[in-house]
Order: sequence, then structure tokens, then C-alpha cells
Amino acid sequence: MTSTTDNLVRMANQIAANLQHEPDVPKAVAEHIRLFWDPRMRQLILAPDVSGVSPDVASALDQLRDAS
Amino acid sequence: MTYQPQSDFGTPAATSDAQITLTIDGRTVTVPAGTSVMRAAAEQGTSIPKLCATDSLSAFGSCRLCLVEIDGRRGTPASCTTPVEPGMVVHTQTPRLQKLRKGVMELYISDHPLDCLTCGANGDCELQDQAGAVGLRDVRYQPVETHLGQAKDQSNPYFDFDPSKCIVCSRCVRACDEVQGTLALTVQGRGFGSKISAGIASDNFLGSECVSCGACVQACPTATLIEKKVVEIGTPERAVVTTCAYCGVGCTFRAEMRGEQLVRMVPWKEGKANRGHSCVKGRFAWGYAQHQERILKPMIRRSIQDPWQEVSWDDALAYAASELKRISATYGKQALGGITSSRCTNEETFLVQKLVRAGFGNNNVDTCARVCHSPTGYGLKTTFGTSAGTQDFDSVEDSDVILVIGANPTDGHPVFASRMKRRLRKGAKLIVIDPRRTDLVRSPHIEAQHHLALQPGTNVAVLTAMAHTIVTEGLVNEAFVKERCDWDEYQDWASFVSEDRNSPEALEPVTKVPAADLRAAARLYATGGNGAIYYGLGVTEHSQGSSTVMAIANLAMATGNIGRRGVGVNPLRGQNNVQGACDMGSFPHELAGYRHISDAATRALFEREWGVQLESEPGLRIPNMLDAATDGVFKAIYIQGEDILQSDPNTHHVAAGLEAMECVIVHDLFLNETANYAHIFLPGSTFLEKNGTFTNAERRIQPVRKVMTPLNGYEDWEVTQKLAQALGLDWNYAHPSEIMDEIARLTPSFAGVSFDRLDQEGSLQWPVNESAPDGSPIMHVDGFVRGKGKFVVTDYVPTDERTGPRYPLLLTTGRILSQYNVGAQTRRTDNVVWHEEDLLEIHPVDAENRGIKSGDWVRLASRAGETTLRATVTERVAPGVVYTTFHHPLTQANVVTTDYSDWATNCPEYKVTAVQISPSNGPTEWQESYAKLQNNARRIAKAEAAE
Ligand code: SF4
Ligand code: SF4
Ligand code: SF4
Ligand code: FES
Repeated sequence: MTSTTDNLVRMANQIAANLQHEPDVPKAVAEHIRLFWDPRMRQLILAPDVSGVSPDVASALDQLRDAS
Repeated sequence: MTYQPQSDFGTPAATSDAQITLTIDGRTVTVPAGTSVMRAAAEQGTSIPKLCATDSLSAFGSCRLCLVEIDGRRGTPASCTTPVEPGMVVHTQTPRLQKLRKGVMELYISDHPLDCLTCGANGDCELQDQAGAVGLRDVRYQPVETHLGQAKDQSNPYFDFDPSKCIVCSRCVRACDEVQGTLALTVQGRGFGSKISAGIASDNFLGSECVSCGACVQACPTATLIEKKVVEIGTPERAVVTTCAYCGVGCTFRAEMRGEQLVRMVPWKEGKANRGHSCVKGRFAWGYAQHQERILKPMIRRSIQDPWQEVSWDDALAYAASELKRISATYGKQALGGITSSRCTNEETFLVQKLVRAGFGNNNVDTCARVCHSPTGYGLKTTFGTSAGTQDFDSVEDSDVILVIGANPTDGHPVFASRMKRRLRKGAKLIVIDPRRTDLVRSPHIEAQHHLALQPGTNVAVLTAMAHTIVTEGLVNEAFVKERCDWDEYQDWASFVSEDRNSPEALEPVTKVPAADLRAAARLYATGGNGAIYYGLGVTEHSQGSSTVMAIANLAMATGNIGRRGVGVNPLRGQNNVQGACDMGSFPHELAGYRHISDAATRALFEREWGVQLESEPGLRIPNMLDAATDGVFKAIYIQGEDILQSDPNTHHVAAGLEAMECVIVHDLFLNETANYAHIFLPGSTFLEKNGTFTNAERRIQPVRKVMTPLNGYEDWEVTQKLAQALGLDWNYAHPSEIMDEIARLTPSFAGVSFDRLDQEGSLQWPVNESAPDGSPIMHVDGFVRGKGKFVVTDYVPTDERTGPRYPLLLTTGRILSQYNVGAQTRRTDNVVWHEEDLLEIHPVDAENRGIKSGDWVRLASRAGETTLRATVTERVAPGVVYTTFHHPLTQANVVTTDYSDWATNCPEYKVTAVQISPSNGPTEWQESYAKLQNNARRIAKAEAAE
């Protein structure tokens, strides 16, 4: 993983931590990433070797994968 | 237009609805109750001689020049202090009055140097005018003693004080008290011996409390207080109204000119943002426009190791276009991007984002608002439905409780601070939430009821604890919430904030704010009448910046403090056009008017107008562009009017990103720090040299007018247009008004805006459209823009940036009055007398532990980097907290700030960095090597001598 991806993982985890009160946390995280991240950032975090994401982020990423 | 001084009605306008009719010199006039006879006469076109009265100050009645006769009354009352009464019959010119006035004038003139022909104010002096008006032809007295020959005080860099010309009308003293609120001046002594003094007798203006706002100079009817420029250049011949290019208050000024030379900037009395007031920056600090370091010719270089080569505009633009095309062809169009500036006009900003979207073919456009108020956009859009403050500045006059959080208005937004202080002196209550004891906490005649000196990074915890108090103590305005907000969301939020873990007591260990104080502050805000919240970068520049903005919005909704005068949620914007830059579609995910790029209908609108296909995916934000650059996939950038190397966090990372690019185009006034890494430099124009509009913090769109020819040859919008043309785009704007027309066609909230309307109205507050044809001073009056107000649960998530044994102190950053942002402009003016360098504030206990004294060099280190600067030991900061500004490039405070950022917007966490401080004896290695790089990067090869 590059330092950029490390950074993206930290950002995604931070987004999830701040959306804990949403009724569907993974959905809210996926939506936030879809609205504000450019396609390359999304592509980087969806790469198979990405580690360190929280469980909410992991399911958000699954949702993004399914949608793409 | 020939020079006309601004009209002066003698006393302020009355606000009463009741009307009174009277007769003055045989003509009837109707005015609001409470109006003075002097003002009523002026409104009817009769000017009564006066010296101590001016309409920015309440009447004083000391000069006795404005006497009138009133039927049925004895004596000759002063018209400035006499209110109108129904049926009054007033005479302003009678032989008796003439004689009395002549007598008064004679006394003044007998003690006044009669050097009118050589006086700086000749032709612009009220004493001279009034001597004429009362028909004074000779002076019978030979005074035994005079004030002539007293030494001048020339210590202020911008104005002189010549006491021998003073008539002790005390307009200056009252201006400093009433308008500015600094109370720097006093009348010392009595009777003939009285004189004006800036503090203790030996003090001069520079050494006094004076903040150089210029209000006293403007108020002075004589040449006693006079701008040095007027003495140097002469009195002005014409005046053009324009808008200050410094901060988000957006003061309007009359640029008073002689030919193409600017003599002075005088605050415009009709300006609705500033109401005739100013601060040192807008009033005096415009000398940078003519500074010798301004770059006036385009320059290019193949590599950043090379010296710059001056070239023609055509060559520079052709080179820029060929580089952009080459990079797009080699690496793909996603390798290009642009940054718009909050310092440039709306029209210029709109063009830069259009160039990126329509020309570069992607959405990689961002603005410096990313690093300041992007969380405001996110937070207020989510909760209320618009990314903007809710009030106009006038609204503060009706506030009962003013809550200031993470803002230092006396330094950052001085003119608004003066208006706020005026309201506070009249009895409004004040709550300050800030880690530092800012000047507002205690100033003359003002003391905050509560100063919650929280631990940096705990805003959300403090606001949630306030909400806990308001909800659990039954202080919620349920009627408002039921009618205006989503009730289910409110209930979720209310039960969350009511949890014990969110009580002030439970959070005290985290926030360091005594629970009882916090509860008292919350009660005051909820129950003290009209409650208004003003906030600044101390709210947004945190890892929970967006959450804090939403927590503020929650508090305002829960207490019903939205939708009328005196209340509201008000972001204080840093730069002059932050609001405008955001409105104009500078963010990579949205088009003008805050419409998401994925919205096909909005895209279609722009596609039709621009004749191109737009990308539907959001582009890169500034920090993401830099990441992509270090990853080798982002290669070219056009930066208008921004200095990201100095202003953005983690300087090392910014430098690495810029260095990795193949084409950096900097469009600016000076070779700024970012330009050290640039390949193409396009000279910019100052606000004095261009037409356009700025939008201030109250959503007020105001004209910027060209008062002189651009020294560099072109206004900035013309340069962007030429670059677009070089890239093959068919752009043909003849004037910025055409760009505004396009903005209005494409943006519903700007539908009714045009240059013609702005000329007529002076300014307009958006939304300006069919339902609000004259604009919208206050928003969300009958309902929220989004429909129902949305309560958002804001859980406190501590920042990842923690103190520990290696970095035990928390650094927070800010700015001071006399300097502006990265200081590129203000450092090139005489404002440097107030701030020669950035200083590190440290609490006495922390200083003593480290053996540091005021004035010592210290090393400031974080995990991102280190720098050195001088320390000042002060109790303004709490133990454990240190503070500095970032106005000087060689201090580079951002070498130490990290790349942690707001979760929703990536706005950097400038306000919290874990640091260590230790004694030091000189610059760090980075500072030394950077100084070298800077010198190297600024070499300009001499062009070959032209025949
Ligand atoms: S310049 Fe402003 S602060 Fe200074 S003395 Fe005059 S009014 Fe007061
Ligand atoms: S300095 Fe000017 S304003 Fe002040 S008392 Fe003297 S004449 Fe009046
Ligand atoms: S308060 Fe702001 S807008 Fe007004 S003069 Fe000062 S810098 Fe300019
Ligand atoms: S102007 Fe009325 S007393 Fe001076």
C-alpha cells in the first residue's frame, strides 16, 4: 500500500467514526465517498490489498464495489 | 466625477417610525422622531454651520457654532443637540445668529495657524469651510497665549497628528470610543489647556492602544489628524466606490484619486457592511499595489533550477497551453487541475473553474476555502440547506446574547468587531469559547460573562455539553422545533445529547471547562433573549470541523435562534471572497450554487451554455491533488492568487507535491512561495486595477471597480481568458459584467444579479431571484431552505493528533490585526511596524519548565517538522497550549502542522498540533535550506537589451 492509500484508509475510518449515529453506517460512508472522492481515490481504496479499514468501512467498500 | 466630500448630516439618522413635521426657514420638513434640528435642516438642503458634530457620532454640543432660533423659545439653542418637535418653527440665518457664529469662529481662528495655502488639508478642511460659511473676514483678537508651534506626532506610519491645528472638538476622541471602541484617545486638561492625547502624556500614537483604524482621522474637521499621503500627494480630485480586498467583512471604500494616483481610501458611509468604518488594512495598507517586488512581466523556465526568463504575454500563454496539452496527451486529462482564489473576484473565480471543467475536461478544481471554511459549506448545507451564514451584519444590533466561538474578531474581522462591541457596550451579554483569552474577553467597557477556555480540539464536546444542559434543563424552544424542524431527528438528537456521558460534568476532564461555567453559559444562550453565534476558523480547522458547524446549527435550532434579526449562525469568513469562491463552483464536487456535479439536470444546463460535455464524477481536492502528484499521476496545475506552499499544512508534503509536477503555473502579484516551484509565472492585477464583484460573509455581493490601469497590462479575468483561448476555447467576454450575466443565467440564487443592478443598489445579498428580488438580508425566515431543519447527532471523536511524552504541548494558530493571511500584501506595507515577525505565545509555567524567556529563540517541533521563532511568555494561553501566527514565510509555521484534516471536507486541522518547544540558537536546517532555495528560485535572468 502507498502512503496515499494509508491516508485514504485513515480518512475512511475517520468518516465512519463520525457517522456512527446514521441508521445505516456503511451506507452513509459509501454515500459520502461516492459524493466527495474522485474516481482514482475510490479505485485506490477498493484495491484488493488494502488493509486496516474498520468493519463499517469494509462493508461500505463492498457496497461501492457492487455499485461499480 | 469631480471630487465631492461625502455628505454629512451632522447627527446620526433616527430610527423611529413616528414622523414629525416642522418648519425650517419657511419650508416644512418631515423627519422621524428623535432627529436633531441640524439633521432635519440638512435633509431639507440647509446646512447649518457646525464643527463638533458629524453624523457618525452622537451629538456633543460643544462648539456652539450651530446655534439656531426657534419661535417661542428663549436663547439660541444648539441645533445638533435639539431634537425636532411637531410644529417647531426654526430660523437658521438671522443677524443675531450670524454675529454669534462669527464671534465663535473668531475665537477658533485666533488660535489657529493661518497657513492655509501650505496646509495639507487646504480645500478639504471644515474649519476653512465654516469660516467661509459664517462670513468671517477678520479676526479682532490678539491672543496672549496660543497652541501654535507644538510638536507634531508623526509616529503612526499612515497619519500625522499636529496639535497646533487642533480645535479640541473631541470628534476624534468620540470616534475612537463610539465607532472603533478602542478608547485610545482622551482630552487631557481643561479649558484653554485641554488637548488631545493618545494615552499618557509622553505617549505617541504608535506606542498607544491605537489600532490605526483611521476613524479619528476621518472625523477630524481640521488638518490636525491627516493622512500622510494627502500631505505628500495633495487633496483628491475624484472618488470611486470599491470594496476592500482583505477580509470577509467586505468594507466599501471611496478610492480617492488624483489622476491615476491613489491618495487615500476612505470608508464609504453608505456601505452596508461597514457603515462608514474601516480597519488599518483596508484604510491604509494598500501600498503593496505599487511595491517594487511586484512582477509585471510574464516569465517562464524549463526547470525550477533555472533562473526565470521574461517573455511576452503571447509567448508565456502559448508555452503554458503547449505544456498543458502535452501533459494531457501524455498522462491523460486527469493529470491537470486548477486552484481558484478567494482573493480574486467572483467573475475571475468562475472563469478558472470553467477553464478546468470545460477546458481541462475534468473537475480537478478546488479553492483555498478548502483550508478554511469548507466545513461551513458542508455543515450548514446539511442542517439548514444553504452553505452560508444566516444574517446580515446589522442584525447584531438586535442581539441580546452573543456567542463567539473559535473566532478573534477584533483581529480577524475588526470592523464587524467594532459593531459587535458597540452592541456589547449597550448591554448585550457575551460568551467566548476559545482556548486563548482573546482581546474580546476583556476590553474597555466589555467583559465576557463567560470565557470557556477549552482544550484545543474539543469544540464538539463543549457544544454537545451545552446541548445537554439545554435539553435536560427543559430550555428547548419546542414550539420552534416542532414547527420548523424534523421532529423525529430532533428526538434522536435530544436523547443522544441527554446521555450522561454528554453532561458538562462527564466531559470536563476532556474539555477542561468547569462544568458549572459551561452550564451557566448554555443557560444564558438559551434564555437570554436573541442569541447569535459567530464563529471562525477555530471551529472549522479541526478534524471535526464539519461536526462542530453542525453542532452549532443544532444549538441555534433547539433554542429557536434562527430566522429573524438578532439571532442566527454566522461564519466569519477569512478572506474577502471566500463566500464568493464557494458560491462560484470552486469545489471539485459541485457547480455554481452548490449543486452536485453528479446531478444530470444541472450538468445539462452548463453543458448547453458552454457547449461541452462535463465529467459527472467529483474531482480532486487540494490535498488529494498533492497526493496524486507525489504518486506521479497529477502533473500540471494553474494556481490563481493563492500561495499553497505557505498557507497549506505540512509544507514538506506540499513542496514534494509541487516538485513532482511538470507544469506549475502561478498567476499572482509577487513571486510567492509556491512560485519557487513554478515553471510559468503570469503577473496578476490588484483589486484597484480590475472590475468585478466580491461576496462578503453576509452573502453581500459588492462591486469592485477599476481605479487605475493594471501595471501588468491585464485584469486577471483577461489572463484566464487568454489562457483559455490559447487552449483553443472560444471565449470572448468583453467585460466582467458579461461573466456575471452568465453566472446569473446558470445559478438560481444569482438570477437577479447584474452589474447594472449592483450599480443601482450598491450591493445585493443573495439569494436574489423572483421570490427575493431585492436580495435576502436574513435567511430561513419562514422555513429552512432545505424544508425542515435537520438535527444531526455529533458524537465527539477525539483527533488522532495527541500529545505524548515527545510532543507534550498543543499548538494552535491564528492571525493578528495588522497582517493578513500569508502576509504577501501586508508584509509589503508599513503595517510591518506592528508585526515584524511571528511570535510563539507560551504560558509562564511551560516557559519556566523549559528555561524560556520572552524574546528567546525557540525550536518548535512536531512529528511533521520543525522551525524556529521567538517566544513571548503570556497568560493569554493556557498551560499546555502554545500559539502562533503564520504571516511570515521564513517562520513557516506550517512546516509543523500535520496533514490531519476534517473528516467530511479534508479542511486541515491547523488548530491542533502536538508539539515540543525547546530553547534554540538559530534557524533550523529546513529554514536555512529553504532560504537558499528561495534565493535561487527567484533569480530573474536579465533580458537582452532591446535595440
Ligand atoms: S486610529 Fe482608530 S484606534 Fe487609533 S486613535 Fe484613531 S480612532 Fe482610535
Ligand atoms: S484632533 Fe481633530 S477631531 Fe480631534 S479634537 Fe482636534 S480638531 Fe477635533
Ligand atoms: S475589516 Fe476587513 S474588509 Fe474592512 S477594512 Fe479591514 S480588512 Fe478590509
Ligand atoms: S455642531 Fe452643534 S455644538 Fe458643535
